[in-house]
Amino acid sequence: MTIEQSAREERQVRVSKVGDRVFLGLSRGAGVFILVTLAGVALFLFREALPALQADATEFRDSDTFLQYVGPLVFGTVLASVLAVVLAAPLAVAVALYLTHYAPKRLARTFGLFVDLLAAIPSVVFGLWGIAFLAPLLARHVYPVLHENFGWIPLFAGPVVPSGRSMLTAGIVLAVMILPLMTAISREAFSRTPRLHEEASLALGATRWEMIRQAVLPFGRSAVVSGTMLGLGRALGETMAVAMILSPADLFSVNLIGPENPNTIAANIALRFPEAQGLDVNRLLATGLVLFAVTLVVNLVARRIASGGAA
Amino acid sequence: MTVTVTRSRPVDEFEGVVGRRRRVTDRLATVVMTFAFAIVLFPLLSVAWTVVEAGLERFDPAFFARNMELTLDELAAARAGETVGGAGHAVVGTLIVTGLAAVMSIPLGVLTAIYLVEYGRGKLARSITAMVDVMTGIPSIVAGLFAYALFVIFFGPGTRSGLAGAVALAVLMTPIVVRATEEMLRLVPDELREASYALGVPRWKTIVKVVIPTSIGGIVTGVTLAVARVIGETAPLLLTAGIADGLNLNPFSGRMTTLPVYTYRSYKFPSLPVEAYIDRAFAAALTLVLLVALLFAVARILATVLEPKGNG
Repeated sequence: MTIEQSAREERQVRVSKVGDRVFLGLSRGAGVFILVTLAGVALFLFREALPALQADATEFRDSDTFLQYVGPLVFGTVLASVLAVVLAAPLAVAVALYLTHYAPKRLARTFGLFVDLLAAIPSVVFGLWGIAFLAPLLARHVYPVLHENFGWIPLFAGPVVPSGRSMLTAGIVLAVMILPLMTAISREAFSRTPRLHEEASLALGATRWEMIRQAVLPFGRSAVVSGTMLGLGRALGETMAVAMILSPADLFSVNLIGPENPNTIAANIALRFPEAQGLDVNRLLATGLVLFAVTLVVNLVARRIASGGAA
Repeated sequence: MTVTVTRSRPVDEFEGVVGRRRRVTDRLATVVMTFAFAIVLFPLLSVAWTVVEAGLERFDPAFFARNMELTLDELAAARAGETVGGAGHAVVGTLIVTGLAAVMSIPLGVLTAIYLVEYGRGKLARSITAMVDVMTGIPSIVAGLFAYALFVIFFGPGTRSGLAGAVALAVLMTPIVVRATEEMLRLVPDELREASYALGVPRWKTIVKVVIPTSIGGIVTGVTLAVARVIGETAPLLLTAGIADGLNLNPFSGRMTTLPVYTYRSYKFPSLPVEAYIDRAFAAALTLVLLVALLFAVARILATVLEPKGNG
C-alpha cells in the first residue's frame, strides 16, 4: 500500500465518520422529534382543557359540571362502539375463515384487495352512505319489525324514528367501517396457522370445521382478540359517520331505534367545535382528552394481548 | 346404520365413519361462513354503488371549475333549478393540505424508521417504538384538537389555517409512514449490509446506497398508502382548516376547505335548494373515492416498477 493510498483512505474514513455522525444525528433527531410531538399532544391538550376543568358549572350556558357534561357522551361513545364491535367481530372472524379456508384462492385474493381499498375509504363517505341509503332502508323494513317483535326489550322500545337516524344505524355503519380492519387482522393470523397442525387434525379424521376449531382458532385467538380491540379503538375515535347520522340529545338512553340518542364524544366535538367560543372550546378539548385516554387504554390492552399471544 | 357401498366417491364412504351429526355441523359451518361473506359483501358493494350512482349526478367539468362563492345571478339560477357551484376550491385545498402533511411526515417518518432499524438499540429506540404505537391509535379528531391547541399558542383563539390542518394530518400520517418503512427496512437481508461493510463502505453510505435502494419499492408503496389513508380525513380538518366558500391558495392564513369537509358540510348543513347541495356532496365524495383509488393504483404500479431487480 502506497502512502498516497493510505492517505486517501484516511481521508475517506474521516469523511465517513462525519457522514455517519450527521446521519445518525438526523435519524435520531427525527425519532426524538416524534417523542416530543406526542408529549406535546398531551401537554397542549391538557393546557387548553384545564380552564374548563377548573371553571365553575355556572360559567357555562347549560350550567353542567364537567362530569354531567361528559357523562352522556362517554356513555354514547361506548354504546355505539360496543354495538359496532358486537356486530362486526363475529362477521369478521367468519369472513376471515371463509377467505383462508373455504373460498377459492382467486376470490380470496380479489376480495382481499377490495377489503384493503375499503379500509381506506374516507369515513365521510361511509357517513353519507349511512344517512342516504342505509338509514331509510332500516327505518322502513327492519326497525318496525324489531320493534313489533322485540319491543319488550328496552333496546328496541321505540318509537321507531322515521328517518332511521338512530343509535343502531350509527352502530351498523361503524361496524361496516371497522370490518375491513378486523377481517384483515384475523385473516393474517388464520393464514399463518402451521400447515402441519391442520394436516395432523385432518389426518386424525376431523372434518373441516373440526380442524378449524382444533387448529386454526386456537392459533389465531390472540390475534382475533387484539384485532377486536383495535376495531373498538377505531370505533371509539370515529367521528364523521356518527356526526352525520345521529341527531343527538343530551341524555342516557339504551333505546337503539328511538328518536333521542346520546351523542359520542368525537361527534359532539365535530358538531359543536366550529361554532364554539370561549370556555366551550376548552370544554370540548377536555372531552377530547377523555377520548384520548379511553382509546389509549384500549389500544394498549390490544397490543398487550397481541404481544402476549405471540410470545 | 346402513353404509351404502354402492356409492363410490371416497367422501361418501367417509360419511359412515364421520357420523351424521359431525357431518351436519361441518356443512352448517360452511353455510354460515359463506353466508357471512355474502352479508359483508352487501354493505361494501352498496357503499361503492351508492357513491358512484349519486355522485355522477354532478360529476361535470363545472363542478371542478367553480367554487361556492356564488354570484347573485348564480343564486337566482340555482333557485330556478339550474346547476351552479362546485368544489374546485375544495379539490385544491385537499391537494395543498395533504401535500403539506406529506412533506412534513415523509422525511420525519422515514428517518425515524431508519433510526429504529439501523441504529436503534436501548431505551430511546424502545420508547420511540412505544410512542409510535400510541400515535397509531390517536383518534383523528384528537389529532385535530392537538393541532388547534398548538396553533392557539401562536395565533390566538379561533385560529384556522391550511397549515394547522396539515399538522393535524401529519400527526396521523407519520406513524403510518414509520410502520411501513420499518417493515420494509427489516426485510432487507443482513447479508447485504455485511457485504457492504466488508467492502469498507461506511454505515451511512450502506444505508443510502444499499439498504434504501433495496427497499425503495416497498417504502414508496407504503407512503402512497399513507397518503391515501389521510386524504379523506374529515374531523381534524373541520377543526383546524375550517370551512370556506372560496378558493384560498395560502395555507398560512385563512380558512381552507377540503373535499371531505365540503362533503360533510354540503350534506349536513345545506342551504336552498337542498337537492343541489346533496348532489354536490355526493360528487365530492365520488371525487374523494376516486382519489383514494388512484393512489392505490399508483402504489401498486410503483411497487412493481421499483422492485429491486436481480442481474439475471
